Amino acid sequence: MRIREHPILTFPARRKVTFFFEGRPLEGYEGEPIAAALHAAGIRVLRESPVLGRPRGFFCAVGNCSSCLMVVDGVPNVRVCVEKLREGMRVERQAGKGNLLAAVGGGRASGLDSGAALHGCGGEEGA
Amino acid sequence: MLNPQVMVVGAGPAGMSAALAAAEWGARVLLVDLFSEPGGQLVKQTHKFFGSRGQYAGTRGIEIARLLGEKVRSHPGIDLLLDTQVLGYYPDGVLTMERSFNGESEYLKARPRRLVVCTGAQERPLAFPGNDLPGVYGAGAVQTLMNVHGVKPGRRAVMVGAGNIGLIISYQLRQAGVEVAAVVEAAPTIGGYAVHASKIRRLGIPILTSHSVKEARGERELEGVTVWRLDERWQGIPGTECDFEADVLCLAVGLSPLTELLWQAGCRMVYVPELGGHVPWRDEHQQTSVPGIFVAGDASGVEEASSAMVSGRIAGLAAAASLGLCPCYRELAREAHAQLEVLRAGPPGEKIRRGLARLGEVARAC
Repeated sequence: MRIREHPILTFPARRKVTFFFEGRPLEGYEGEPIAAALHAAGIRVLRESPVLGRPRGFFCAVGNCSSCLMVVDGVPNVRVCVEKLREGMRVERQAGKGNLLAAVGGGRASGLDSGAALHGCGGEEGA
Repeated sequence: MLNPQVMVVGAGPAGMSAALAAAEWGARVLLVDLFSEPGGQLVKQTHKFFGSRGQYAGTRGIEIARLLGEKVRSHPGIDLLLDTQVLGYYPDGVLTMERSFNGESEYLKARPRRLVVCTGAQERPLAFPGNDLPGVYGAGAVQTLMNVHGVKPGRRAVMVGAGNIGLIISYQLRQAGVEVAAVVEAAPTIGGYAVHASKIRRLGIPILTSHSVKEARGERELEGVTVWRLDERWQGIPGTECDFEADVLCLAVGLSPLTELLWQAGCRMVYVPELGGHVPWRDEHQQTSVPGIFVAGDASGVEEASSAMVSGRIAGLAAAASLGLCPCYRELAREAHAQLEVLRAGPPGEKIRRGLARLGEVARAC
């Protein structure tokens, strides 16, 4: 639900974009957090917890609590309270911990085995 | 590799004040923030500030964010790096960062000569069955959703906490068109200012002191909240339960300093409940136990935005002075300390004064 009238604040007009939630087209404003666009559309269950599979939603809004991790354009563990909405984004509820290797092209399929892929992420720039 | 003289992490009230103070004396400052706009939590604060004129009394938080943001942007000595998450602090004094733009991101490194950590605080959760249901939010998160993004969290809310944050946000929920069923407070008295409490009462919203949440109910999302009365040992009294239909439960039960970078840097940390939990030990120059690393604002102990601006100023001046850039440091720091004393005076500052005294005792014991 969008706020239509407010005694103090005005919300400047922004560009409307279409994005996809679980394959379903929705409208939101470009640059707002994905979580805000989902809330405006009445969607508050953002993922399922890894162990008990309990529904989780928005909690901290500052990118700290990890309650709102979703799969965005195939990439898991995106903090949708801080990630900005763009035209055509594909947003999905995340079940469990998410699979990063699937997101970067499935490990072997991209010419890397999973060990090499992980090594590349952590080795070179580490302390 | 970026090589600023002073790097400030966090562009909230403390960080912007620190950056401006250091740049005022000619330091090359890199100011980094996760969000797209400077301001930190000021960007959602539609209420007018108390305090003295030096700290923008009578001005709304959103307006202070704009004023300080303009100063920071227009200062030639400050590089403002937005949309950038600081990832870590390494033993060689290097900080790593990820900057996002148009869905892409780049990896950056900086080795500053001085570091000022102004990372703020995060909201505390509260333990009760169902506290993980979608619809149970930090009160500040709801404030962001409404006041920054123009989105309602739901239709009907219960607020936990009658401190200033709980009272102010209850009022703002009503301004946004969300019904507020009740404000619940575990303590026997209201913690916030009377002026905020009377505004809530005038709207007909009950403030239930000595009450807490027994349970949040709902299948996939929050549908209702059961509260109960607490005895003098803060235990729930069976038989006093009261049910509210609500799809929003806001927790305004305090903040914890965000101190990950300080832990990583090996700063000595002290547990001081009055300041919100683990806080870095620091001297009167806001310098931590690691020389060259300074701290200010809520990351150094949870207070409010006015004192964050002043502690940020001290940290920025001290960082510049330690580089030999601020010849008037002693005098300017003395003025700032006098302002802090005023801000921490009286009954509202009692807890902070106790916390700072405890921090001082720990320091002397070593």
